[in-house]
Amino acid sequence: MSAHIHLDEASIQKQTTTLNLGPTHPATHGVFQNILEMDGERIVSAVPTVGYIHRAFEKIAERRPYYQITPLTDRLNYCSSPINNMGWHITVERLLGIKTPKRVDYLRVIIMELSRIADHLVCNSVIGVDTGALTSFVYVFEFREHIYEIFEAVCGSRLTTNIGRFGGFERNFPQEAFDKINKFLEAFPRGMKEFESLLTRNRIFMERTMGVGGISAERALNYSFTGPNLRAAGVDYDVRVAQPYSSYEDFDFKIPVGTTGDVYDRFLVRNQEIWESLSIIKQALEKIAALEAADPSQKEVFYAPEADKYHLPPKEDVYTKMEALIFHFKMVMGEIEVLPGEIYSAVEGGNGEVGYYLISDGGRTPYRLHFRRPCFIYYQAYPEIIQGSLLSDAVVTMSSLNLIAGELDA
Amino acid sequence: MTHEQIIETLEAAFAGQLSDCDTAHGISSITIPAAANLKVLQFLYDSEDMQFRFLTDLTAVHYPNRTNEELCVVYHLHSLYLNKRLRLKLYVPVAAPKVFTASKLFSGANWMERETFDFFGVDFVGHPNLKRILNVDEMDYFPMRKEYPMEDPTRIDKDDEMFGRGGTIC
Repeated sequence: MSAHIHLDEASIQKQTTTLNLGPTHPATHGVFQNILEMDGERIVSAVPTVGYIHRAFEKIAERRPYYQITPLTDRLNYCSSPINNMGWHITVERLLGIKTPKRVDYLRVIIMELSRIADHLVCNSVIGVDTGALTSFVYVFEFREHIYEIFEAVCGSRLTTNIGRFGGFERNFPQEAFDKINKFLEAFPRGMKEFESLLTRNRIFMERTMGVGGISAERALNYSFTGPNLRAAGVDYDVRVAQPYSSYEDFDFKIPVGTTGDVYDRFLVRNQEIWESLSIIKQALEKIAALEAADPSQKEVFYAPEADKYHLPPKEDVYTKMEALIFHFKMVMGEIEVLPGEIYSAVEGGNGEVGYYLISDGGRTPYRLHFRRPCFIYYQAYPEIIQGSLLSDAVVTMSSLNLIAGELDA
Repeated sequence: MTHEQIIETLEAAFAGQLSDCDTAHGISSITIPAAANLKVLQFLYDSEDMQFRFLTDLTAVHYPNRTNEELCVVYHLHSLYLNKRLRLKLYVPVAAPKVFTASKLFSGANWMERETFDFFGVDFVGHPNLKRILNVDEMDYFPMRKEYPMEDPTRIDKDDEMFGRGGTIC
Protein backbone atom coordinates (compact mmCIF):
# COMPACT_ATOMS: atom_id res chain seq x y z
CA MET A 1 0.00 0.00 0.00
CA SER A 2 1.21 3.43 -0.88
CA ALA A 3 2.60 5.44 1.97
CA HIS A 4 0.46 8.40 0.95
CA ILE A 5 -2.85 6.72 1.55
CA HIS A 6 -3.94 6.67 5.15
CA LEU A 7 -6.93 4.52 5.85
CA ASP A 8 -8.18 4.29 9.35
CA GLU A 9 -8.26 0.86 10.92
CA ALA A 10 -12.06 0.68 10.99
CA SER A 11 -12.34 1.05 7.24
CA ILE A 12 -9.82 -1.71 6.60
CA GLN A 13 -11.68 -3.99 8.99
CA LYS A 14 -14.99 -3.18 7.35
CA GLN A 15 -16.89 -6.27 6.24
CA THR A 16 -19.45 -4.55 4.03
CA THR A 17 -19.26 -2.55 0.80
CA THR A 18 -20.87 0.83 0.33
CA LEU A 19 -22.65 1.07 -3.00
CA ASN A 20 -24.15 4.18 -4.49
CA LEU A 21 -27.33 3.35 -6.42
CA GLY A 22 -28.45 6.43 -8.31
CA PRO A 23 -29.29 9.28 -8.49
CA THR A 24 -29.13 8.84 -12.26
CA HIS A 25 -28.94 5.12 -12.60
CA PRO A 26 -30.80 3.58 -15.57
CA ALA A 27 -32.49 1.09 -13.26
CA THR A 28 -33.99 3.67 -10.95
CA HIS A 29 -36.34 5.38 -13.46
CA GLY A 30 -35.97 8.86 -12.09
CA VAL A 31 -33.69 10.66 -9.73
CA PHE A 32 -33.53 8.38 -6.72
CA GLN A 33 -30.35 7.89 -4.80
CA ASN A 34 -29.81 5.08 -2.36
CA ILE A 35 -26.62 4.56 -0.44
CA LEU A 36 -26.57 0.83 0.08
CA GLU A 37 -24.48 -1.08 2.56
CA MET A 38 -23.85 -4.42 0.90
CA ASP A 39 -22.67 -7.71 2.33
CA GLY A 40 -21.77 -9.50 -0.88
CA GLU A 41 -24.97 -9.45 -2.91
CA ARG A 42 -27.20 -8.84 0.10
CA ILE A 43 -28.38 -5.42 1.20
CA VAL A 44 -27.67 -4.71 4.85
CA SER A 45 -29.09 -1.22 4.93
CA ALA A 46 -30.22 1.52 2.57
CA VAL A 47 -30.29 5.27 3.04
CA PRO A 48 -32.50 7.00 0.45
CA THR A 49 -31.91 10.61 -0.54
CA VAL A 50 -34.75 12.52 -2.15
CA GLY A 51 -35.36 16.07 -3.28
CA TYR A 52 -33.27 16.23 -6.45
CA ILE A 53 -36.10 17.76 -8.45
CA HIS A 54 -37.85 19.70 -5.72
CA ARG A 55 -39.60 22.66 -7.36
CA ALA A 56 -41.32 24.34 -4.38
CA PHE A 57 -44.84 23.83 -5.69
CA GLU A 58 -46.44 24.55 -2.34
CA LYS A 59 -44.70 27.90 -2.11
CA ILE A 60 -45.47 28.79 -5.73
CA ALA A 61 -49.13 27.88 -5.13
CA GLU A 62 -49.35 30.58 -2.45
CA ARG A 63 -48.81 33.18 -5.15
CA ARG A 64 -50.92 31.83 -7.97
CA PRO A 65 -54.62 32.32 -8.65
CA TYR A 66 -56.55 29.10 -8.26
CA TYR A 67 -56.77 28.12 -11.91
CA GLN A 68 -53.01 28.59 -12.37
CA ILE A 69 -52.38 25.89 -9.80
CA THR A 70 -53.80 23.20 -12.09
CA PRO A 71 -50.62 23.08 -14.24
CA LEU A 72 -48.57 22.65 -11.06
CA THR A 73 -50.55 19.54 -10.19
CA ASP A 74 -49.74 18.15 -13.65
CA ARG A 75 -46.13 17.97 -12.68
CA LEU A 76 -46.62 15.92 -9.54
CA ASN A 77 -47.50 12.49 -10.87
CA TYR A 78 -46.89 13.13 -14.55
CA CYS A 79 -47.88 9.57 -15.50
CA SER A 80 -51.49 10.34 -14.62
CA SER A 81 -51.76 14.13 -14.57
CA PRO A 82 -55.52 14.30 -15.35
CA ILE A 83 -56.27 12.66 -12.00
CA ASN A 84 -54.24 15.33 -10.22
CA ASN A 85 -55.91 18.12 -12.23
CA MET A 86 -59.36 16.87 -11.44
CA GLY A 87 -58.50 16.19 -7.83
CA TRP A 88 -57.59 19.86 -7.52
CA HIS A 89 -60.75 20.97 -9.33
CA ILE A 90 -62.89 18.78 -7.10
CA THR A 91 -61.17 20.22 -4.01
CA VAL A 92 -61.98 23.80 -5.00
CA GLU A 93 -65.51 22.84 -6.07
CA ARG A 94 -66.11 21.26 -2.69
CA LEU A 95 -64.85 24.39 -0.96
CA LEU A 96 -67.08 26.60 -3.12
CA GLY A 97 -70.03 24.24 -2.78
CA ILE A 98 -70.35 23.70 -6.52
CA LYS A 99 -72.26 20.61 -7.53
CA THR A 100 -71.26 19.29 -10.94
CA PRO A 101 -73.82 17.80 -13.33
CA LYS A 102 -73.83 14.02 -13.76
CA ARG A 103 -72.54 14.21 -17.32
CA VAL A 104 -69.49 16.17 -16.18
CA ASP A 105 -68.86 13.60 -13.45
CA TYR A 106 -69.01 10.74 -15.94
CA LEU A 107 -66.77 12.49 -18.44
CA ARG A 108 -64.29 13.04 -15.63
CA VAL A 109 -64.52 9.41 -14.63
CA ILE A 110 -63.69 8.38 -18.20
CA ILE A 111 -60.60 10.60 -18.27
CA MET A 112 -59.47 9.59 -14.79
CA GLU A 113 -59.82 5.89 -15.49
CA LEU A 114 -57.95 6.26 -18.79
CA SER A 115 -55.10 7.91 -16.92
CA ARG A 116 -55.18 5.18 -14.29
CA ILE A 117 -54.76 2.64 -17.08
CA ALA A 118 -51.86 4.65 -18.56
CA ASP A 119 -50.22 4.93 -15.14
CA HIS A 120 -50.56 1.22 -14.36
CA LEU A 121 -49.34 0.26 -17.84
CA VAL A 122 -46.13 2.22 -17.35
CA CYS A 123 -45.51 0.77 -13.93
CA ASN A 124 -46.30 -2.85 -14.73
CA SER A 125 -44.48 -2.94 -18.05
CA VAL A 126 -41.42 -1.44 -16.38
CA ILE A 127 -41.42 -4.24 -13.81
CA GLY A 128 -41.07 -6.46 -16.85
CA VAL A 129 -38.16 -4.41 -18.15
CA ASP A 130 -36.39 -4.62 -14.80
CA THR A 131 -36.72 -8.38 -14.81
CA GLY A 132 -35.32 -8.55 -18.33
CA ALA A 133 -38.47 -8.68 -20.46
CA LEU A 134 -38.46 -5.68 -22.76
CA THR A 135 -41.07 -7.07 -25.16
CA SER A 136 -44.10 -6.53 -22.94
CA PHE A 137 -43.09 -2.91 -22.41
CA VAL A 138 -43.09 -2.22 -26.14
CA TYR A 139 -46.43 -4.01 -26.60
CA VAL A 140 -48.39 -1.87 -24.15
CA PHE A 141 -46.81 1.47 -24.92
CA GLU A 142 -48.81 1.55 -28.12
CA PHE A 143 -51.97 1.71 -25.99
CA ARG A 144 -50.56 4.39 -23.75
CA GLU A 145 -50.12 6.39 -26.94
CA HIS A 146 -53.80 5.81 -27.79
CA ILE A 147 -54.76 7.17 -24.38
CA TYR A 148 -52.64 10.25 -24.92
CA GLU A 149 -54.35 10.78 -28.26
CA ILE A 150 -57.68 10.81 -26.44
CA PHE A 151 -56.35 13.45 -24.04
CA GLU A 152 -55.09 15.41 -27.00
CA ALA A 153 -58.53 15.34 -28.61
CA VAL A 154 -60.13 16.55 -25.38
CA CYS A 155 -57.74 19.24 -24.20
CA GLY A 156 -54.95 19.60 -26.73
CA SER A 157 -52.05 18.31 -24.68
CA ARG A 158 -50.74 14.89 -23.87
CA LEU A 159 -48.48 14.43 -20.87
CA THR A 160 -48.99 17.47 -18.66
CA THR A 161 -52.58 17.95 -19.60
CA ASN A 162 -54.05 20.85 -17.59
CA ILE A 163 -57.33 19.19 -18.46
CA GLY A 164 -60.66 20.59 -17.31
CA ARG A 165 -61.59 23.67 -15.35
CA PHE A 166 -63.38 24.35 -12.09
CA GLY A 167 -66.88 23.02 -12.60
CA GLY A 168 -66.11 20.79 -15.55
CA PHE A 169 -64.27 21.09 -18.83
CA GLU A 170 -63.14 24.04 -20.91
CA ARG A 171 -65.08 22.75 -23.92
CA ASN A 172 -67.30 19.86 -24.79
CA PHE A 173 -65.75 16.57 -25.87
CA PRO A 174 -65.56 16.48 -29.67
CA GLN A 175 -66.98 13.45 -31.46
CA GLU A 176 -63.39 12.56 -32.32
CA ALA A 177 -62.67 11.97 -28.63
CA PHE A 178 -65.58 9.54 -28.27
CA ASP A 179 -64.52 7.77 -31.46
CA LYS A 180 -61.02 7.35 -30.08
CA ILE A 181 -62.32 6.11 -26.73
CA ASN A 182 -64.47 3.52 -28.49
CA LYS A 183 -61.56 2.47 -30.67
CA PHE A 184 -59.38 2.11 -27.58
CA LEU A 185 -62.00 0.06 -25.76
CA GLU A 186 -62.16 -2.27 -28.71
CA ALA A 187 -58.45 -2.71 -29.31
CA PHE A 188 -57.03 -2.59 -25.81
CA PRO A 189 -58.43 -5.80 -24.24
CA ARG A 190 -56.58 -7.88 -26.83
CA GLY A 191 -53.30 -6.07 -26.16
CA MET A 192 -53.80 -6.33 -22.42
CA LYS A 193 -54.41 -10.07 -22.65
CA GLU A 194 -51.27 -10.39 -24.71
CA PHE A 195 -49.35 -8.42 -22.09
CA GLU A 196 -50.68 -10.62 -19.29
CA SER A 197 -49.90 -13.79 -21.21
CA LEU A 198 -46.31 -12.61 -21.57
CA LEU A 199 -45.75 -12.04 -17.87
CA THR A 200 -48.40 -13.21 -15.43
CA ARG A 201 -47.69 -16.96 -15.61
CA ASN A 202 -44.18 -16.57 -16.93
CA ARG A 203 -41.95 -18.83 -14.83
CA ILE A 204 -38.96 -16.49 -14.90
CA PHE A 205 -41.08 -13.46 -14.05
CA MET A 206 -42.77 -15.29 -11.20
CA GLU A 207 -39.47 -16.48 -9.77
CA ARG A 208 -38.12 -12.96 -9.92
CA THR A 209 -41.11 -11.25 -8.30
CA MET A 210 -42.81 -13.66 -5.91
CA GLY A 211 -41.74 -13.20 -2.32
CA VAL A 212 -39.70 -10.15 -3.28
CA GLY A 213 -40.20 -6.77 -1.65
CA GLY A 214 -43.18 -7.87 0.41
CA ILE A 215 -44.77 -5.89 3.22
CA SER A 216 -47.42 -6.96 5.72
CA ALA A 217 -50.78 -5.19 5.87
CA GLU A 218 -49.99 -3.98 9.37
CA ARG A 219 -46.66 -2.40 8.39
CA ALA A 220 -48.14 -0.97 5.21
CA LEU A 221 -50.87 0.78 7.20
CA ASN A 222 -48.36 2.00 9.74
CA TYR A 223 -46.32 3.47 6.91
CA SER A 224 -49.48 5.18 5.55
CA PHE A 225 -49.40 3.21 2.30
CA THR A 226 -52.27 3.86 -0.08
CA GLY A 227 -53.26 2.77 -3.55
CA PRO A 228 -52.30 -0.49 -5.23
CA ASN A 229 -49.35 -0.96 -2.87
CA LEU A 230 -51.65 -1.06 0.15
CA ARG A 231 -54.21 -3.18 -1.64
CA ALA A 232 -51.54 -5.69 -2.65
CA ALA A 233 -50.89 -6.15 1.07
CA GLY A 234 -54.55 -7.07 1.55
CA VAL A 235 -56.28 -3.88 2.71
CA ASP A 236 -59.24 -2.93 0.53
CA TYR A 237 -58.95 0.82 0.99
CA ASP A 238 -59.76 2.79 -2.13
CA VAL A 239 -60.81 6.46 -1.99
CA ARG A 240 -63.19 5.89 -4.92
CA VAL A 241 -65.27 3.60 -2.71
CA ALA A 242 -64.50 4.84 0.79
CA GLN A 243 -65.21 8.51 0.11
CA PRO A 244 -66.62 8.71 -3.41
CA TYR A 245 -66.11 11.77 -5.58
CA SER A 246 -67.23 12.53 -9.12
CA SER A 247 -70.18 10.10 -8.78
CA TYR A 248 -68.05 6.98 -8.40
CA GLU A 249 -70.85 5.66 -6.19
CA ASP A 250 -72.91 5.13 -9.37
CA PHE A 251 -70.47 2.60 -10.75
CA ASP A 252 -70.18 -1.09 -10.17
CA PHE A 253 -66.60 -2.25 -9.83
CA LYS A 254 -64.38 -4.44 -7.67
CA ILE A 255 -61.35 -3.50 -5.62
CA PRO A 256 -58.73 -6.18 -6.23
CA VAL A 257 -56.58 -7.05 -3.22
CA GLY A 258 -53.49 -9.17 -2.79
CA THR A 259 -52.24 -11.14 0.19
CA THR A 260 -48.47 -10.85 0.55
CA GLY A 261 -47.83 -7.30 -0.66
CA ASP A 262 -44.87 -8.46 -2.73
CA VAL A 263 -43.88 -7.32 -6.21
CA TYR A 264 -45.96 -10.03 -7.88
CA ASP A 265 -49.07 -9.08 -5.91
CA ARG A 266 -48.65 -5.42 -6.79
CA PHE A 267 -48.32 -6.41 -10.42
CA LEU A 268 -51.48 -8.53 -10.29
CA VAL A 269 -53.47 -5.88 -8.41
CA ARG A 270 -52.58 -3.26 -11.02
CA ASN A 271 -53.45 -5.55 -13.91
CA GLN A 272 -56.78 -6.33 -12.32
CA GLU A 273 -57.43 -2.63 -11.73
CA ILE A 274 -56.85 -2.00 -15.43
CA TRP A 275 -59.67 -4.43 -16.23
CA GLU A 276 -61.90 -2.76 -13.64
CA SER A 277 -61.07 0.65 -15.11
CA LEU A 278 -62.06 -0.57 -18.55
CA SER A 279 -65.41 -1.72 -17.19
CA ILE A 280 -65.89 1.66 -15.44
CA ILE A 281 -65.24 3.51 -18.71
CA LYS A 282 -67.78 1.34 -20.52
CA GLN A 283 -70.33 1.96 -17.77
CA ALA A 284 -69.66 5.71 -17.93
CA LEU A 285 -70.24 5.77 -21.70
CA GLU A 286 -73.51 3.88 -21.20
CA LYS A 287 -74.60 6.29 -18.48
CA ILE A 288 -73.80 9.29 -20.67
CA ALA A 289 -75.74 7.75 -23.55
CA ALA A 290 -78.70 7.15 -21.22
CA LEU A 291 -78.56 10.78 -20.00
CA GLU A 292 -78.50 12.07 -23.55
CA ALA A 293 -81.29 9.75 -24.66
CA ALA A 294 -83.50 11.01 -21.84
CA ASP A 295 -82.75 14.66 -22.52
CA PRO A 296 -80.97 15.68 -25.76
CA SER A 297 -79.96 19.04 -24.24
CA GLN A 298 -77.59 17.06 -21.98
CA LYS A 299 -75.24 16.75 -24.96
CA GLU A 300 -74.16 20.33 -24.40
CA VAL A 301 -73.49 19.98 -20.65
CA PHE A 302 -69.76 20.08 -19.99
CA TYR A 303 -69.52 22.28 -16.93
CA ALA A 304 -71.56 23.26 -13.90
CA PRO A 305 -73.67 26.37 -14.62
CA GLU A 306 -73.13 27.56 -11.04
CA ALA A 307 -69.38 27.56 -11.67
CA ASP A 308 -69.82 30.30 -14.28
CA LYS A 309 -67.84 32.77 -12.18
CA TYR A 310 -64.87 30.44 -12.11
CA HIS A 311 -64.93 29.28 -15.69
CA LEU A 312 -62.94 30.97 -18.46
CA PRO A 313 -65.26 32.07 -21.30
CA PRO A 314 -64.90 30.32 -24.69
CA LYS A 315 -61.99 31.67 -26.70
CA GLU A 316 -64.10 32.77 -29.69
CA ASP A 317 -66.19 34.94 -27.34
CA VAL A 318 -63.07 36.49 -25.82
CA TYR A 319 -61.99 37.62 -29.28
CA THR A 320 -65.36 38.98 -30.35
CA LYS A 321 -67.27 40.10 -27.25
CA MET A 322 -66.20 42.84 -24.91
CA GLU A 323 -67.83 41.41 -21.76
CA ALA A 324 -66.17 38.08 -22.32
CA LEU A 325 -62.82 39.80 -22.79
CA ILE A 326 -63.22 41.78 -19.56
CA PHE A 327 -64.29 38.69 -17.69
CA HIS A 328 -61.41 36.70 -19.13
CA PHE A 329 -58.97 39.41 -17.99
CA LYS A 330 -60.47 39.46 -14.52
CA MET A 331 -60.14 35.74 -14.19
CA VAL A 332 -56.59 35.62 -15.49
CA MET A 333 -55.59 38.30 -13.01
CA GLY A 334 -57.10 36.18 -10.29
CA GLU A 335 -59.94 38.50 -9.38
CA ILE A 336 -62.36 35.79 -8.43
CA GLU A 337 -63.69 35.36 -4.96
CA VAL A 338 -63.06 32.25 -3.01
CA LEU A 339 -64.60 32.24 0.42
CA PRO A 340 -62.41 31.62 3.46
CA GLY A 341 -62.36 28.00 4.44
CA GLU A 342 -60.35 24.93 5.05
CA ILE A 343 -60.69 21.60 3.31
CA TYR A 344 -58.96 18.30 2.87
CA SER A 345 -60.08 16.46 -0.20
CA ALA A 346 -58.62 13.33 -1.72
CA VAL A 347 -58.87 11.35 -4.91
CA GLU A 348 -57.53 7.92 -5.81
CA GLY A 349 -54.48 8.62 -7.92
CA GLY A 350 -52.53 6.15 -9.99
CA ASN A 351 -50.31 5.22 -7.07
CA GLY A 352 -52.37 6.10 -4.02
CA GLU A 353 -54.40 8.72 -2.25
CA VAL A 354 -53.65 12.15 -3.68
CA GLY A 355 -54.81 14.70 -1.12
CA TYR A 356 -55.15 18.46 -1.22
CA TYR A 357 -55.18 20.38 2.03
CA LEU A 358 -56.31 23.87 1.12
CA ILE A 359 -56.68 26.87 3.39
CA SER A 360 -58.27 29.92 1.83
CA ASP A 361 -58.36 33.26 3.62
CA GLY A 362 -60.64 34.81 1.01
CA GLY A 363 -57.75 36.10 -1.10
CA ARG A 364 -56.99 35.48 -4.72
CA THR A 365 -54.51 32.76 -3.97
CA PRO A 366 -54.56 29.93 -1.43
CA TYR A 367 -53.22 30.90 1.97
CA ARG A 368 -51.72 27.47 2.18
CA LEU A 369 -51.91 24.47 -0.08
CA HIS A 370 -50.41 21.14 0.85
CA PHE A 371 -50.29 18.19 -1.50
CA ARG A 372 -50.49 14.74 0.03
CA ARG A 373 -48.18 12.93 -2.32
CA PRO A 374 -48.64 9.17 -1.90
CA CYS A 375 -45.22 8.06 -3.10
CA PHE A 376 -43.36 10.50 -0.85
CA ILE A 377 -45.08 8.84 2.06
CA TYR A 378 -44.62 5.20 1.10
CA TYR A 379 -41.09 5.51 -0.26
CA GLN A 380 -39.82 5.81 3.31
CA ALA A 381 -40.66 2.13 3.79
CA TYR A 382 -38.23 1.21 1.00
CA PRO A 383 -35.16 0.58 3.23
CA GLU A 384 -37.23 -1.70 5.44
CA ILE A 385 -38.68 -3.59 2.47
CA ILE A 386 -35.36 -4.27 0.73
CA GLN A 387 -33.28 -5.04 3.80
CA GLY A 388 -31.72 -8.48 3.37
CA SER A 389 -32.68 -8.81 -0.27
CA LEU A 390 -30.47 -8.96 -3.35
CA LEU A 391 -29.47 -5.85 -5.24
CA SER A 392 -31.37 -7.01 -8.32
CA ASP A 393 -34.50 -7.49 -6.18
CA ALA A 394 -34.15 -3.97 -4.80
CA VAL A 395 -34.36 -2.61 -8.35
CA VAL A 396 -37.50 -4.61 -9.12
CA THR A 397 -39.01 -3.57 -5.79
CA MET A 398 -38.41 0.06 -6.57
CA SER A 399 -40.15 -0.10 -9.92
CA SER A 400 -43.06 -2.06 -8.47
CA LEU A 401 -43.71 0.68 -5.90
CA ASN A 402 -44.57 3.03 -8.79
CA LEU A 403 -42.36 5.86 -7.59
CA ILE A 404 -42.67 9.07 -9.58
CA ALA A 405 -39.83 11.47 -8.87
CA GLY A 406 -41.93 14.52 -9.71
CA GLU A 407 -44.51 13.61 -7.13
CA LEU A 408 -42.01 12.51 -4.53
CA ASP A 409 -40.09 15.77 -4.61
CA ALA A 410 -43.05 18.08 -5.17
CA MET B 1 -70.08 6.84 15.21
CA THR B 2 -70.73 10.34 13.92
CA HIS B 3 -68.32 13.25 13.92
CA GLU B 4 -70.15 14.72 16.93
CA GLN B 5 -69.76 11.50 18.88
CA ILE B 6 -66.04 11.40 18.09
CA ILE B 7 -65.67 14.94 19.39
CA GLU B 8 -67.73 14.09 22.49
CA THR B 9 -65.61 11.05 23.24
CA LEU B 10 -62.47 13.11 22.95
CA GLU B 11 -63.91 15.88 25.08
CA ALA B 12 -64.80 13.37 27.77
CA ALA B 13 -61.24 12.03 27.81
CA PHE B 14 -59.48 15.40 27.57
CA ALA B 15 -61.82 17.69 29.48
CA GLY B 16 -61.04 21.36 29.09
CA GLN B 17 -58.08 20.80 26.76
CA LEU B 18 -59.79 20.90 23.38
CA SER B 19 -60.84 24.00 21.54
CA ASP B 20 -62.22 25.06 18.13
CA CYS B 21 -64.09 21.85 17.50
CA ASP B 22 -66.10 21.98 14.30
CA THR B 23 -67.09 19.81 11.38
CA ALA B 24 -66.95 21.11 7.83
CA HIS B 25 -66.63 19.45 4.42
CA GLY B 26 -66.97 16.01 5.97
CA ILE B 27 -64.08 16.30 8.40
CA SER B 28 -63.92 17.27 12.07
CA SER B 29 -61.27 19.67 13.16
CA ILE B 30 -60.03 19.89 16.72
CA THR B 31 -57.33 22.04 18.30
CA ILE B 32 -55.35 20.35 21.04
CA PRO B 33 -52.59 21.64 23.34
CA ALA B 34 -49.14 21.08 21.82
CA ALA B 35 -47.89 19.14 24.85
CA ALA B 36 -50.79 16.68 24.69
CA ASN B 37 -50.38 15.64 21.06
CA LEU B 38 -49.02 12.16 21.73
CA LYS B 39 -51.61 11.46 24.43
CA VAL B 40 -54.44 12.38 22.06
CA LEU B 41 -52.96 10.44 19.13
CA GLN B 42 -52.40 7.39 21.32
CA PHE B 43 -55.92 7.64 22.74
CA LEU B 44 -57.40 7.79 19.25
CA TYR B 45 -55.18 4.92 18.12
CA ASP B 46 -56.04 2.65 21.04
CA SER B 47 -59.75 3.39 21.19
CA GLU B 48 -61.59 0.27 20.01
CA ASP B 49 -64.62 2.32 18.94
CA MET B 50 -62.69 4.75 16.80
CA GLN B 51 -59.39 3.16 15.70
CA PHE B 52 -57.72 6.19 14.18
CA ARG B 53 -54.73 4.14 13.10
CA PHE B 54 -53.90 5.70 9.75
CA LEU B 55 -51.98 8.94 9.52
CA THR B 56 -53.03 10.40 6.20
CA ASP B 57 -51.05 13.59 6.29
CA LEU B 58 -48.96 15.80 8.52
CA THR B 59 -48.01 19.35 7.71
CA ALA B 60 -47.78 22.85 9.13
CA VAL B 61 -49.14 26.33 8.45
CA HIS B 62 -47.51 29.63 9.33
CA TYR B 63 -49.71 32.44 10.73
CA PRO B 64 -47.28 35.33 11.39
CA ASN B 65 -50.00 37.43 13.03
CA ARG B 66 -50.89 34.99 15.77
CA THR B 67 -48.50 36.04 18.50
CA ASN B 68 -46.91 33.13 20.36
CA GLU B 69 -48.72 30.53 18.31
CA GLU B 70 -47.41 31.31 14.86
CA LEU B 71 -46.93 27.76 13.69
CA CYS B 72 -49.83 25.38 13.38
CA VAL B 73 -49.04 21.68 13.02
CA VAL B 74 -51.86 19.77 11.34
CA TYR B 75 -52.47 16.01 11.53
CA HIS B 76 -54.97 14.35 9.25
CA LEU B 77 -56.02 11.02 10.71
CA HIS B 78 -58.20 8.43 9.10
CA SER B 79 -60.13 5.67 10.78
CA LEU B 80 -60.55 2.93 8.21
CA TYR B 81 -62.86 1.22 10.72
CA LEU B 82 -65.32 4.14 10.85
CA ASN B 83 -64.36 5.53 7.45
CA LYS B 84 -64.06 8.97 9.03
CA ARG B 85 -61.35 11.58 8.85
CA LEU B 86 -60.21 13.76 11.71
CA ARG B 87 -58.01 16.83 11.69
CA LEU B 88 -55.95 17.66 14.77
CA LYS B 89 -54.26 21.02 15.06
CA LEU B 90 -51.84 22.37 17.56
CA TYR B 91 -50.17 25.74 17.79
CA VAL B 92 -46.60 26.43 18.85
CA PRO B 93 -44.61 29.69 19.02
CA VAL B 94 -42.22 30.20 16.12
CA ALA B 95 -39.45 31.06 18.59
CA ALA B 96 -39.53 27.59 20.17
CA PRO B 97 -41.56 25.31 17.91
CA LYS B 98 -41.26 22.09 19.89
CA VAL B 99 -43.66 19.23 19.25
CA PHE B 100 -43.31 15.60 20.29
CA THR B 101 -42.69 13.27 17.40
CA ALA B 102 -45.40 10.87 16.29
CA SER B 103 -42.92 8.67 14.44
CA LYS B 104 -42.93 6.04 17.19
CA LEU B 105 -46.66 5.58 16.75
CA PHE B 106 -46.76 5.93 12.95
CA SER B 107 -43.71 4.92 10.93
CA GLY B 108 -45.10 7.04 8.12
CA ALA B 109 -44.77 10.17 10.24
CA ASN B 110 -40.98 10.00 9.96
CA TRP B 111 -40.61 11.69 6.57
CA MET B 112 -43.70 13.83 6.95
CA GLU B 113 -42.14 15.34 10.07
CA ARG B 114 -38.83 15.76 8.30
CA GLU B 115 -40.62 17.61 5.52
CA THR B 116 -42.43 19.83 8.03
CA PHE B 117 -39.14 20.56 9.75
CA ASP B 118 -37.50 21.26 6.42
CA PHE B 119 -40.06 23.86 5.35
CA PHE B 120 -41.32 25.31 8.62
CA GLY B 121 -38.63 24.55 11.17
CA VAL B 122 -40.91 22.65 13.52
CA ASP B 123 -38.66 20.83 15.98
CA PHE B 124 -40.05 17.34 16.48
CA VAL B 125 -38.66 16.30 19.84
CA GLY B 126 -37.52 12.68 19.87
CA HIS B 127 -37.43 12.26 16.10
CA PRO B 128 -34.81 9.67 15.12
CA ASN B 129 -33.35 11.59 12.18
CA LEU B 130 -34.62 15.16 12.06
CA LYS B 131 -32.77 16.68 9.12
CA ARG B 132 -33.71 18.33 5.86
CA ILE B 133 -35.27 16.09 3.27
CA LEU B 134 -36.21 17.99 0.10
CA ASN B 135 -34.01 21.07 0.42
CA VAL B 136 -30.22 21.09 0.52
CA ASP B 137 -28.60 20.47 3.87
CA GLU B 138 -26.78 23.84 3.78
CA MET B 139 -29.99 25.85 3.71
CA ASP B 140 -30.20 28.08 6.79
CA TYR B 141 -33.84 29.18 6.70
CA PHE B 142 -37.29 27.62 6.49
CA PRO B 143 -38.71 28.61 3.12
CA MET B 144 -42.43 27.99 3.63
CA ARG B 145 -42.64 30.60 6.38
CA LYS B 146 -44.51 33.66 5.26
CA GLU B 147 -41.65 36.11 5.69
CA TYR B 148 -40.04 34.73 2.53
CA PRO B 149 -41.87 36.23 -0.43
CA MET B 150 -42.21 34.28 -3.63
CA GLU B 151 -41.16 36.93 -6.12
CA ASP B 152 -37.90 38.82 -6.28
CA PRO B 153 -38.76 42.13 -4.51
CA THR B 154 -36.51 44.17 -6.85
CA ARG B 155 -38.54 43.33 -9.92
CA ILE B 156 -41.29 45.85 -10.50
CA ASP B 157 -42.90 43.84 -13.26
CA LYS B 158 -43.60 41.14 -10.72
CA ASP B 159 -45.29 43.39 -8.20
CA ASP B 160 -47.42 41.37 -5.83
CA GLU B 161 -49.97 44.15 -5.98
CA MET B 162 -50.87 42.91 -9.42
CA PHE B 163 -50.58 39.20 -8.90
CA GLY B 164 -51.24 38.24 -5.34
CA ARG B 165 -53.22 39.71 -2.53
CA GLY B 166 -51.25 42.95 -2.17
CA GLY B 167 -47.74 43.94 -1.27
CA THR B 168 -47.77 42.57 2.25
CA ILE B 169 -46.88 39.00 2.99
CA CYS B 170 -50.26 38.03 4.35
